[in-house]
Amino acid sequence: MTDLAATGKPVRRSWKDVDLRAVAPFVALAVLLVFGTIVNPTFIGIDNLLNVATRSAFIAIIAVGATFVISAGGLDLSVGAMSAFVAGVMILFMNAAPLDGNLPMLAAAMLLAVGVGAACGLANGLITTVGRIEPFIVTLGTMGIFRALTIYLAEGGSIAMKSQELRATYRPVYFGDVFGVPVPIIVVAVVAIIGAFILYRTSFGRHVIAVGSNDDVARYSGIPVNRVRTVTYIIQGICVAIAVLVYVPRLGAATPTTGLLWELQAITAVVIGGTALRGGVGRIWGTVCGALILEVVGNIMVLSDLVSEYLIGAVQGAIIIIAMLVQRSLSRR
Amino acid sequence: MSVAVPRASTIPATAAPLMEVRGLAKAFGMVEVLKDIDLTIASGEVHAIIGENGAGKSTLMKLLAGHLQPTRGTLSIDGDPVAFAGPVDAEHRGIVLVHQEILLAPDLTVAQNIYLGRELRRGFTVDDRAMNEGAAAAVRSLGADIDPSVVVGRLSIAQRQLVQIARALLVPHRLVIFDEPTASLTPTETEALLAVIDTIRRKGVAVLYISHRLPEVKAIADRVTVLRDGRRVTSELADRLETADMARLMVGRDVSKLYPDHRAAAGDEAVLEVEGLDVPGYAKGATFRLKRGEILGFAGLIGAGRTELMEGLVGLRTAHGAVRLDGRPKRFSDVRDSMRAGIVYLSEDRKGKGLLLAESLRINLTLAALGRFVRGFLIDKGRERTALDGAIEEFDIRTRRKDLLAGQLSGGNQQKLLIAKMMLLDPSIIIIDEPTRGIDIGTKEQIYRFIASLAEAGKSVIVVSSEMPELIGICDRILVMREGRIVAEVSGEHMNENEIVVHATGATAEEAALVAERA
Repeated sequence: MTDLAATGKPVRRSWKDVDLRAVAPFVALAVLLVFGTIVNPTFIGIDNLLNVATRSAFIAIIAVGATFVISAGGLDLSVGAMSAFVAGVMILFMNAAPLDGNLPMLAAAMLLAVGVGAACGLANGLITTVGRIEPFIVTLGTMGIFRALTIYLAEGGSIAMKSQELRATYRPVYFGDVFGVPVPIIVVAVVAIIGAFILYRTSFGRHVIAVGSNDDVARYSGIPVNRVRTVTYIIQGICVAIAVLVYVPRLGAATPTTGLLWELQAITAVVIGGTALRGGVGRIWGTVCGALILEVVGNIMVLSDLVSEYLIGAVQGAIIIIAMLVQRSLSRR
Repeated sequence: MSVAVPRASTIPATAAPLMEVRGLAKAFGMVEVLKDIDLTIASGEVHAIIGENGAGKSTLMKLLAGHLQPTRGTLSIDGDPVAFAGPVDAEHRGIVLVHQEILLAPDLTVAQNIYLGRELRRGFTVDDRAMNEGAAAAVRSLGADIDPSVVVGRLSIAQRQLVQIARALLVPHRLVIFDEPTASLTPTETEALLAVIDTIRRKGVAVLYISHRLPEVKAIADRVTVLRDGRRVTSELADRLETADMARLMVGRDVSKLYPDHRAAAGDEAVLEVEGLDVPGYAKGATFRLKRGEILGFAGLIGAGRTELMEGLVGLRTAHGAVRLDGRPKRFSDVRDSMRAGIVYLSEDRKGKGLLLAESLRINLTLAALGRFVRGFLIDKGRERTALDGAIEEFDIRTRRKDLLAGQLSGGNQQKLLIAKMMLLDPSIIIIDEPTRGIDIGTKEQIYRFIASLAEAGKSVIVVSSEMPELIGICDRILVMREGRIVAEVSGEHMNENEIVVHATGATAEEAALVAERA
């Protein structure tokens, strides 16, 4: 009855210690890359891959924010509508042309977008925590509000950037590259690195996981549960705004269909990435991988004749279900 | 309610025993948690299985109820060897397990819960009338009276447990396994449950009874099997064992000194003064003083408002009233305020409110005091690991590996981890709610010694407990609560179960003596 700890086997690190659930999305992505190459050799070309990664950027950035919300046990269905709203406000601001010079103007518009996104997130967070309403219901409501506000601002049509000059200045943010790497990919990387840093290394990140894991334990440990939850929604709002910053130069307009179903894709990316929908587990890099998987699948379908590309939505829907089944079976091992 | 405890004396000697276990063993990976268990379970007998946490009790239960398959050894029923395909298979053979946790749907009625998954039908519709009648009969046969049409969420814990037992007993059964059924019951409720078990025994059914509470085991069991470190230490008629013997056999050494020596009385300096504290709906007008170096007990029945009073005091619930700390008025509107002021509260609900069961020991340990482990923006994981090593050493947390999850520790080690977690806040006042609930006797002794050492170091401790012997054993003074109010203070020679029960229940001294005698 002396020391049981001493009699235990020494800790041996081996492949068995690797958490399969954390690795699964990366394995899936690797398998898809091989499969895509077999189906159509142009798939693996560097141009195609960079193109795919660039197109996954919006969802990846938004999904990094969603990883925070979901890890803390919340949910945000409003991100798609919020994207359209933030884009609309940003373009209207630029069209009003209150500042001289394209660069100061652009900087101000970007700051405004981030502020609006953060404010939208703050609203979601406060209604959820102070109002004590299910996040599903709250963000379903704000989703309708943001979408309708966008349509109202656009007077039923679309909001386009008027100044061609400004468009030209802004264009590189989506179409440009640094040493051959498209800017959107760099933005995703930066957002993910900062996100991973916050979630894994700071006490706020630890609090997010604790709140999502068991909010009673968090409260009894002196963690400000409501504040932590609210901040995750603000982070989500800021991520939406960053996605919008990259999105606007692509089309130069916000339309009633901007951001449509992005919330579902973002949640899908988060779940494929191994983050638990019930909270308590957050995987930023898994999320980025999940967003890539969604886009790669679409790309393979376009490049092959196996399945009609009209069925992309169906395939993505199937992926989320399969991902959940895989996670379930791995956690039972 | 009184429980007659006649021993089932006439067990047919010729027939094979209901269940016979030979050389049973179970290994998880490399670790053998159960070794060479022999057990004979006879009909009409209450057979108690006792042992410290980690002794293998729950594993044995799961093997017997078909939740796990043995690695070696045989089970036979009526002399025929059997291998259970699963819990349903075991149930078909008449073996039912009454779980420790309440597994009922709170929004369904008593009858709907009892018949859940095996509803009685009439044509295409469920036959509510028949089920209500059946449920009423099932509950009555346990000597209780619960309206079968009441929603389970409105029942007390004890009533829910009865419903759960009634549900388990609805299938034809020959062996009923109770897994620590009294862990969350008051003495009176425990009394009633023991009567129910006696009723089951009288019907010629075998009962396997697992409990930490030795007086209960002594009161109800015909036979006692003691497990230690996965082995059977002994199997003996209950008549031949006193509770002290049982404790000694479980721990493997003498534990007559369960409680530390009483220290010299605390000084007279009040560190905490509470005046007229109301916790709406739970406690009213609580007034008390806590002195430096004192261990103050809070006794009372479950539901008397003790937990809620403490939660109100530290800011986990809305509360109104005056609180003075070292003579200065304080208001704790949030639990962080009280933590900063040096007061910590350790919840009775270790698994639900104390620890993140799905997270590692390290993350749990530093959660409340995380600020101390942050350098710049970053959490210093190295310093966290050092703290974990220190805590494992200081609080004797027994773990096979340091990267286990909190949920994989035994109850006693979880409690030690929770204590270590809150002590990182370096508090001067420690409030411990049910410090030894569901904890084996060896760990209990450690926790008592730890509480005593806190007081000796000049810290003040409030202990909330439903176990009167432990309050009497470790406290300098005990306040008794009844229905939300502090109704009495006992100290010195008045600290005995009789007096406490009188105050806690409002019963007459005579009735109380009867209850205390058995508790």
